[in-house]
Amino acid sequence: MTETEPKEFVASIDSDSRRTPVRVAFVTRRTSPQVRTHDDPYVMTFPEVLFRAATAVEALLLALALLSLFWDAPLEGLADPMQTPNPAKAPWYFLGLQELLHYFPPIVGGVLIPTLVVLALIVIPYFGINIETEGFWLKEPKKRMRALAIVVAALSVFLIVFEVWSVLVPTILIAGIMLLGASPAANSGFRKWLRMKPLSFWIMSWFLTVAIILTVIGTFFRGAGWALVWPWEA
Amino acid sequence: MPGLIDDIAGLRNSRVWRSVFRSGSGESNLHRSLAVQQNVFLHLASVKVRRRVLKFSATWYLGTLSLGCFLILITTGILLMLYYHPSVPQAYADMKDLQFVVSAGVFLRNLHRWSAHAMVLLVFAHLFKVFYRGAYRPPREFNWVIGVVLLMLTLFLSYTGYLLPWDQLAFWAITVGSNILAAVPVLGAKIRFLILGGHTVNANALLRFYVLHCVILPLVTVLFVAIHFWRIRKDGGLYVKEKTDDRN
Ligand code: HEM
Repeated sequence: MTETEPKEFVASIDSDSRRTPVRVAFVTRRTSPQVRTHDDPYVMTFPEVLFRAATAVEALLLALALLSLFWDAPLEGLADPMQTPNPAKAPWYFLGLQELLHYFPPIVGGVLIPTLVVLALIVIPYFGINIETEGFWLKEPKKRMRALAIVVAALSVFLIVFEVWSVLVPTILIAGIMLLGASPAANSGFRKWLRMKPLSFWIMSWFLTVAIILTVIGTFFRGAGWALVWPWEA
Repeated sequence: MPGLIDDIAGLRNSRVWRSVFRSGSGESNLHRSLAVQQNVFLHLASVKVRRRVLKFSATWYLGTLSLGCFLILITTGILLMLYYHPSVPQAYADMKDLQFVVSAGVFLRNLHRWSAHAMVLLVFAHLFKVFYRGAYRPPREFNWVIGVVLLMLTLFLSYTGYLLPWDQLAFWAITVGSNILAAVPVLGAKIRFLILGGHTVNANALLRFYVLHCVILPLVTVLFVAIHFWRIRKDGGLYVKEKTDDRN
């Protein structure tokens, strides 16, 4: 064949998929097909996964059905706007928040804190600090020790001003547990385990602990006028 | 027994069956793949998974159990709807009917109620399990965000359902919650009015919560659960720690 005109490629968009069947594949670094790096065994979704899921759900149904046979859902008297129960409680999963309302003005306890919690949950996977899995103490331990001290001190002052002992105590306890892993001598057993935990682990665990404590207090230890009571007095 | 199995296989390969399910029966993994891939619901999932993700310790099956609760809630919820009027004070009378008149009415209501509490608990547990095994990290970050939306939907579903019995517990729990809303700066009172259809919890609020609880929120939740499952496949299946993974 003699030289022919080099074929002209025009980059254009045509919606007729039969007339323009030109396919150009760009294999870029970011979207390149994943190279197999593992040799794990695979199993088929049908039936292996589906049967296991069905079994798990059946066990759940059985447990809930048994519970429902022996434990009745509460039903109080007809709703009466003129008769306020004391205390009036939200559903259990909001009692941590209601407990916060006892310490902070509604705008802080009812709006600011829940909004911040939801935002914080959403952005977790978009921050490098949460993606890193390196132990908190492994790098620049002195600098980090100082940062930790400042954060815990500031938080403590805030909590003391508002007299939120139920958050202050776990905050200081968890900071103390963190410190157990700070020393390079912490190289075996539990202390090594602590040492290998990244910052995201500590923040989440602090949040989880505080949330559980507040919810338990709000649920079991609050009576008339939101005063502290024993569960059996409520 | 072999006769029965052959009969079932024959049924699954019949013209009528295949017009419905598209994939026939067969012994091969190709057939098993088709059973998943050719089904509008199952095709959200991948046709095969790594064996390691099936271990109980990997997920504690918490996501699966959350879905299980949701399915139980839809079933019992539809049955409850057959006996329930979202009006004052009939709603409360319907609770009493469930208790004293409807066969197994108490059981139905109990199962719905305890499953609802269980779902909130399980969804929270699922969130923390996903977090602690690091499964929220790229490329799964957006599925985590969808998960947060599902958490909110679960809480709203539970919360709107809480009002429906129209007893003292329901009325005052929603009153406490909606008063918190009113603390939102500037728009607080307006938002509360929008949600309650009034300044206080009243018959309009009951109707609005009913529509949210029985129609809007379940539909939106089904949609997001579908996206959630589809994203698991698109993100490369459930997370497992690679032995060569430098993220440890
Ligand atoms: C209605 C609520 C939800 C349902 C029905 C649901 C269902 C599931 C299921 C069945 C799985 C498969 C693995 C497993 O069983 O654990 C899964 C995985 C996942 N879920 Fe959920 N989920 C819900 C809420 C959430 C929430 C609140 C989050 C987090 C904020 C979340 C984040 C994830 C992520 C990131 C994965 C992938 C985990 C991995 O790759 O290992 N989901 N979900």
